[in-house]
Amino acid sequence: MTEESPQPAPDDITRRDFFAKVCYGLGGFAVALFGVPIAGFVLSPLLQKPLRDWVDIGGVEAFEIGDTKKVVFEDASPLPWAGVTARTAAWLRRTGPDSFIAFSVNCTHLGCPVKWLPDADLFMCPCHGGVYYKDGTVAAGPPPHPLTTYPVRVSDGRVEIQTSPIPITTV
Amino acid sequence: MKYLWKLWEWFDDRTGLGGLIGPMLTHPVPRASKWAYVFGSATLFAFILQVVSGVALAMAYVPASGHAYDSLKYISEHPLGNFLRGVHYFGASAMVILIGAHTVRVFLFASYKYPREVSWLSGVVLLGLTMGMGFTGQLLRWDQNGVWSVIVCAEMMGRVPFIGEYLAHFVLAGQNIGGATLSRFFDFHVFAIPALIFGFVGLHLWLVLRNGISEPPVKGRPVDPKTYREWYHNLVKRDGVPFFPDAAWRDMVFGASMLSLVALAALVWGPPELTNPPDPSLLNADPRPDWYLLWYFALLALLPHGTEDYFLIYGPLLAGLWLFIVPFIRPYGERHPAKRPWAVASVMLVVIMIAVLGVEGNRSPWSPDFEAKPLPASIVGTDVGPVAEGALIWHKKGCENCHNISGFGGRRGPDLTFIGDKLTEDQLTLRIINGGYNMPAFAGNISHNDLRSLVAFLKSRRHVYNDAPDVASPAPVTPSPKVVPTP
Repeated sequence: MTEESPQPAPDDITRRDFFAKVCYGLGGFAVALFGVPIAGFVLSPLLQKPLRDWVDIGGVEAFEIGDTKKVVFEDASPLPWAGVTARTAAWLRRTGPDSFIAFSVNCTHLGCPVKWLPDADLFMCPCHGGVYYKDGTVAAGPPPHPLTTYPVRVSDGRVEIQTSPIPITTV
Repeated sequence: MKYLWKLWEWFDDRTGLGGLIGPMLTHPVPRASKWAYVFGSATLFAFILQVVSGVALAMAYVPASGHAYDSLKYISEHPLGNFLRGVHYFGASAMVILIGAHTVRVFLFASYKYPREVSWLSGVVLLGLTMGMGFTGQLLRWDQNGVWSVIVCAEMMGRVPFIGEYLAHFVLAGQNIGGATLSRFFDFHVFAIPALIFGFVGLHLWLVLRNGISEPPVKGRPVDPKTYREWYHNLVKRDGVPFFPDAAWRDMVFGASMLSLVALAALVWGPPELTNPPDPSLLNADPRPDWYLLWYFALLALLPHGTEDYFLIYGPLLAGLWLFIVPFIRPYGERHPAKRPWAVASVMLVVIMIAVLGVEGNRSPWSPDFEAKPLPASIVGTDVGPVAEGALIWHKKGCENCHNISGFGGRRGPDLTFIGDKLTEDQLTLRIINGGYNMPAFAGNISHNDLRSLVAFLKSRRHVYNDAPDVASPAPVTPSPKVVPTP
C-alpha cells in the first residue's frame, strides 16, 4: 500500500507475488549452490574407478600344488588412517606348476568370510552355512554363485594378485 | 529466593517461555489414560540417555578406521568409560524394546485412527530410524564383528535392483573396507540419523499437543471423524486431568525405573566385549548382529535358497509400506482390541515370529560348528579297527561340522546318532559320494579306504538291542538307548 499507487490492491498482490517468488528462487539457488557439491562429495565413492594393483604374494615355491592357503595383502593405495582395515585376504590355490586360483574370502551369499577346511577340501561360511568345493563351486547352502576369483599371475617366479573390489552379489 | 523469582519474571517477560511451556505441561489428558501410556515417554527418556552418553563417549572415541579399535580399548580400560559403554549398549536395547512396546500399544488401542494418523506415520519413521541407530551403533564398536557387519550390509544393498552395486559402494565408502568406511557410519550414527530423530520427535510431540493423547478404547464406542474432535474436547474438558503432574508422575516412575535398570545392567554385565581387531584379513570371524537384529539374521538363513535375493529388499520394504498404510485402512470405527481380532492376531504373529527367530538366531543351528572336537572313544565305542578310523574320518572330513552324533557336532544337517538303524551300507556310501540337498558330494574327495571306514563307523551308530545287532526286527530294551559299535 504505497503512496504513489492509486490502485493499491492488484499492484500489491503482484509485488507480493514477486517477493514470494524471489524468496523461493533465492532459497532454491542456495540449495542448488551447496547441494550439488555436497551431494557430489558424498556420492563420490560411487564414481571412483576400481583401484587395481598387482601385489606380490610370495615365491611360487611357497605353495604346494593342490594346496589352498590364506594370503594377505594390502589394498591399492589405502588412506593413511585405514590401519589394519586396508588389509584383505584371499584363498590361494596352486593348481599346477605355474597356475594358481585366488578366491575372494567373501561368501557370495552375504559376504561373510569363508573358512578353508584342508582335510575336508571344502570352504565353509560361518554365517548362514554356505559350503563350497575346492574349485569354488557351491556345494551346499544359500550362496547363489561360486566364490569370486581375483586375477592372479606368476611373474619371474613370484605370485601376484590383482587387488579388486569386494565382490558384490547383485540380482 | 525472591531475587530468583524476579529474575525469572524478567526472563519470562522478555522470552514468553512460561506462557508457552506452562499450558503444554498442564494440557488436559483423559483421566483413564494410565499405565499403558508410559512407553512413549520412556522411549524418549532412553533416547535422551543415548544422546548424553553418546556425547560423552564421542569425547574419547576416534572415528577413524585404523584407530577406533584402540580408542575403544582405551575407553573400556577406564572404569567410568567402561560403565558408559555399558549404559550406551543397554540404553540402546531399552530404546528398541520400548519403541516396540509403544508401537504395539498404539496399534492394539488403534490410537492411530482419526485424527492421529500422522502421529502414527511419524512414529513409524522413528521406529525405522531407531533400528538404523541400532545397526550403525553396533558397528561403531569397530571390531571384527563391526567390519563384517558393514560388508553384510553392503551385500544386502547389492540386492537392490539396478542400483545395488552403487548403493553397496556408498555403504563401504568405496569398493573395499578402508579408511573412509567408519567415518561414514560415524556420520550416520552421530549426525544424520539423530538430526532426523530430533525433527520427528518434535513433530510427534507437537501432534500429541494438537490432537490430545488418545483415550483408552471402550467397546462399542467407535471413532466417527465427523464428531470425534468435539467429543474428545468435551471429554477432557469435563473429565480431564492436567498432564503435569497427574499423568506425568507415571511416566517419571516408569522412566526412572527403566533408567535404573539400564544402569544396573551396565554395572553388572558391562558392555559387549570387543572381539578381534577390525582386520578384514582375519578370517576366524563369526559375524553376528546384536540381539535386536538376530531375528532378521535367522530369517535370512531359513528362507528357501534363492528367495532371499528378493526378500532382502522387498521384505522390509513391504513391512514398512504396510505400517504406513495401517492408519488409512480404517481411520474410523471400533478401537477396542476385542473388536479387532485381526489386529490382535497380527501382533501376536509378529511378536512370536521375532521371538522364535531371535532364539533360533542365537542358536544358529544352520552354521557349521567349527569348534567340534573329535568324538571320544566312549561315544565311538572302540579305539581300534575301521569304526575308530571312520570316527576320525568323520571329524577330519568336516562331517561333524554339520552333523551331530550323541551330542557332538553341528546341527545343520540331520542328527546321525542312530543312522545305522535307518540306512544300509550301500545307501550310506551313495549318500556320501553323491551328497544331497544341502550336503556336499564327497566323490573324488575321499579315498576308498576312508570311505569304507566312515561307512563302518556310521553303520555302527544304532540303538542297543536285546539280541545280536544283526537279528531281524529287533525291539529296543531300554527307554534311553545307547550306542554300541558293531563288532
